[in-house]
Amino acid sequence: MPILLEVTLKSVVLIFVLLTGFAYLSLVERKVLARLQARIGPNRAGPMGLLQPLADGLKLIFKESVTPAGVDKPIYFLAPVLVVVPALILFAVIPVGQGPAFQLASDINVGALYVVGVMGVAVYGITLAGWASNNKYAALGGLRASAQVISYELGMGLSIVAVVLMASSASLADIVEAQMPGNILGWFVFRQPVAAAIFAITALAELARAPFDLVEAEQELTAGFMTEYSGMKFALFFMGEYVKMIAVSALFVTFFLGGWSGPFVDQVPILSVVYFTIKVVACLLLMIWTRATLPRMRYDRLMGFGWKVLTPVAIANVIVTAFLIALGVPGYK
Amino acid sequence: MGLKDVLTRIPVGFLTVLKTVTRRPVTIQYPEQQKPMSARFRGRHHLKRYEDGLERCIGCALCAAACPADAIYVEAGENTNEERYSPGERYARVYEINMLRCIFCGYCEDACPTNAIVLEPIEFPTGYTRESMIYTKEMLLESPPINVPATPQRTPPGKYDRAILPFPPIDESQ
Repeated sequence: MPILLEVTLKSVVLIFVLLTGFAYLSLVERKVLARLQARIGPNRAGPMGLLQPLADGLKLIFKESVTPAGVDKPIYFLAPVLVVVPALILFAVIPVGQGPAFQLASDINVGALYVVGVMGVAVYGITLAGWASNNKYAALGGLRASAQVISYELGMGLSIVAVVLMASSASLADIVEAQMPGNILGWFVFRQPVAAAIFAITALAELARAPFDLVEAEQELTAGFMTEYSGMKFALFFMGEYVKMIAVSALFVTFFLGGWSGPFVDQVPILSVVYFTIKVVACLLLMIWTRATLPRMRYDRLMGFGWKVLTPVAIANVIVTAFLIALGVPGYK
Repeated sequence: MGLKDVLTRIPVGFLTVLKTVTRRPVTIQYPEQQKPMSARFRGRHHLKRYEDGLERCIGCALCAAACPADAIYVEAGENTNEERYSPGERYARVYEINMLRCIFCGYCEDACPTNAIVLEPIEFPTGYTRESMIYTKEMLLESPPINVPATPQRTPPGKYDRAILPFPPIDESQ
């Protein structure tokens, strides 16, 4: 029983932090994006616009929840949930700090596999939303989502394979430990730069964020798969997208940036959470910076890039890494 | 895009975007901050007065006739020497402009024989209801110059017999 209580408490805290994080991430994104475009961004609701997420939330709650005629009702209502839940449960295996106190289930030995599996499920929400909406734009968005995410999942999976080879464990806690020979050069971003680059690119594609946001490309598809969603159903998609952003950043930190490691974590364990948070925020800012910089890719180039560049490079990287480990090259055990 | 472009041009793009952070935001915080308007910008209408406080508008409704959007409604009233609003026989008893219909073309200015109605680059018509967007004479009429009585005025007989003065004084600063 106490273990159940402990896990429940941790889950509640995690979900609370993630939902607050989502709300403020949306504000940070708007603010940072604004500054990167020489604008000011939201500054009316509360001091410096700090109450903007609250105002947005209230607005969305009071919006009429329109259900268009001809939608496939069960799937139409299920789809937003299918987007949010995988985003939230991704965090179950991520060690947010040093020691078992800051881990929910990160010591399970198939953590990396779980991550790939859950990320794969996340696309169902988008595809089903597009399909169930009975709308051409939404269907096109959903189709794009499935094609895009499935082809980029391959590259992402293979980049994770390289990391698992390096750590010789699929448990995320072990992967963090494997990056800690006490110095920053132990991070897999330095020992596996190709895998890190591929993971970063495919993660953006998985999230359907700029420059890979063809799924909801405003100029072509109005809002893509979300076209027919309003009110709280729209808010759920929004929440799913941003929580997934946080989760993928956390995964990048765990796989490549040494997770919670940093100076003095052995003396003050709580510092590990601080380091983890700082690294995640840095990744999020990088994503926002990317969105402000790169234009959306053309759809055929997106597919070509995924299949003809990322996947072969990722396969080659796995093979080379395996050889280096087998030969016992320094830095590769 | 070749690999060379990816490794050279994309970082340049990222740096260009980052450099923008140091620039001052171009946003104008309306309504606290307002952009300076051109002196000839056609903002909202004002009904002008003469220097002695009398209204220029004589209720002729030429502006309403000229208005392509049919936004102006004028109803004339009779001036008397005891209760005088404007020179001549008549004055605008009711003068309303529907700011939602107005297209700010300025034809009313051109039509006005006494230069009474002027579009000035100050204040934009804004409001929350349709009713509040119908501007009445009270809202459009300027306040009289300092130390000059408002209308109606009591005037000596015979002084203001003509509605349109031979050479109506035109305020060149407009």
